[in-house]
Amino acid sequence: MAEAAIRAGCRFYFGYPITPQNEVAEYMSEHMPEAGGTFIQAESEIASIYMVLGASVTGARAMTSSSSPGISLKQEGISFLAGQELPAVILNVMRGGPGLGNIAGCQGDYFQATRGGGHGDYKTIVLAPGSVQELVDLTGVAFELADKYRNPVMILADGLIGQMREPVVLPEPVKHLPEKDWALRGAKGRPSRFSRSLILNVRRMEEHNWKLQRKFREIEANEIRFEQYLLEDAKLVVVAFGSAARVAKGAVKRLRKEGLKVGLFRPITLWPFPHKKIRELANECSEFLVYELNAGQMLEDVKLALSGSAEVFFYGRPGGVIPTPMDVAKIIGSRYYQRIKRKAK
Amino acid sequence: MKKIYGRPKYLKPRKFHYCAGCGHSLVHKMLMELVDELDIADRVIGVAPAGCAVLAYDYMDIDIVESAHGRGPAVATGIKRSVPNLVVINYQGDGDLAAIGTAESIHAASRGEQIMTVFINNGIYGMTGGQMAPTTLEGMRATTAPKGRDPRREGYPLDLSSLLAQIPGVVYAERVSVSTPRGIRQTKKALEAGLRCQLDGEPGLALIEVLSMCPTNWKMSPLDSCKWMDEVMSKKFQVKVLVDRRTKAIKKAASGNVD
Repeated sequence: MAEAAIRAGCRFYFGYPITPQNEVAEYMSEHMPEAGGTFIQAESEIASIYMVLGASVTGARAMTSSSSPGISLKQEGISFLAGQELPAVILNVMRGGPGLGNIAGCQGDYFQATRGGGHGDYKTIVLAPGSVQELVDLTGVAFELADKYRNPVMILADGLIGQMREPVVLPEPVKHLPEKDWALRGAKGRPSRFSRSLILNVRRMEEHNWKLQRKFREIEANEIRFEQYLLEDAKLVVVAFGSAARVAKGAVKRLRKEGLKVGLFRPITLWPFPHKKIRELANECSEFLVYELNAGQMLEDVKLALSGSAEVFFYGRPGGVIPTPMDVAKIIGSRYYQRIKRKAK
Repeated sequence: MKKIYGRPKYLKPRKFHYCAGCGHSLVHKMLMELVDELDIADRVIGVAPAGCAVLAYDYMDIDIVESAHGRGPAVATGIKRSVPNLVVINYQGDGDLAAIGTAESIHAASRGEQIMTVFINNGIYGMTGGQMAPTTLEGMRATTAPKGRDPRREGYPLDLSSLLAQIPGVVYAERVSVSTPRGIRQTKKALEAGLRCQLDGEPGLALIEVLSMCPTNWKMSPLDSCKWMDEVMSKKFQVKVLVDRRTKAIKKAASGNVD
């Protein structure tokens, strides 16, 4: 991920140690200076997100990374980035929680990530990689989207992906970065500029908020990403993201061999969420099983998307427990057979 | 006829929103005079604090980014590391620098970030309505210390600048006051020294603490405020150079070329 970020033109990394993502900072500390960039181990997660803000306001590509408790601390700054319309990339390698929790893979930060996370009426674009390769690929996408929409982008991975080793194909380094005619680099040959989120006039504050909302609608219209796996004839759709989707995919494969018509739908953007696509799937299939490594968070988005047009079941394991594909296959299978029994009645 | 005094070129022709007798407008004016005198308008950037001076961009005609409360030194760090040629002015108040942003203040200093922090110390939270600050003096009343600050109850006033001055990453630290014409002149000299640290490439942070009046929340007249500052506040927070580790300025002084 770190190498992908450097290749995506990121030249500023600011972070604070927290497991399970320290490899990112360690890699950056060695390779960012080689690329002519800056690495700083900040005094806190809070300071690191504001260093990102400072670099971003000058027009540079900047990022930070952390894990759940650290991301909570960064939320203040993420809100400021969103309010000031500044691009930034934030990697959250989620761990078990709440509180200090543990360092195992978990997906308990779905709500925090997809609902804005900090204070105020805003959204961050949330990308959920299902493999190390996709983490690499989405890193480039994250920087592009952040610049395109002048908005923070979060990559929501978890301890499982964070601690996995897989061969990856790295992208070619980005050669041309976008011009930023809004950046603050000293008022040379132009009037002075400012970047702010404080707008005391209520009408102007409302206008600014509507402007942000229009941008969010545009993102919803253009940037939804998902993967569909064996859905054509599926009688039961499993919905899962990130590493849970990877486990679910294994389970689906296994069940297909046994002749069960099950498929997988994997949202890649968690915000914007593929509501419309899931609603469309309900035209073909009347049963959905949401599987998450938490007690039911994306579940709410799936239910909203379906609005009662299909049955939704849930299987979740909070706290960092990661079931095997065999465990998940059992759950999916039993749900599948129950359906057949019900139909038979 | 020769014009010998006027509004600084980079001070926007706008009426200050600050209360009568407040020190912010004096410091704003001097900073903008210096931006002109040092000819750095095209490469200076300000970090505005949460607090009364949050609207600094309404007055200072330079690039300005707003910061959250206490985070100015981190924002300034990101800016300076990204564009080292910029002259970065990080403007903060006492609650900002010495309470919520203590960590950011200390660590920007410890990293020796080449920025200038202007620390406005009026011993009280101004914008939020007169609550106790880390720098509120013993016995001084605040809306959250209605009986006056009692160290047994509210703890002691914190002199963070003196602590910061002990950090090797601070190349220059001076405390000044804007309660008298003499103090104002010295403040301008100190601010210039602070800015020159960046122009000279001094390897560290410059800190200029400005003791400043807040008549509204002190519940005093502007004149009494100045008097109180001279007679009481500057006894606890002494006006002086706290540390001078400048290498280039010292070399210049040695060669007789004093600024």
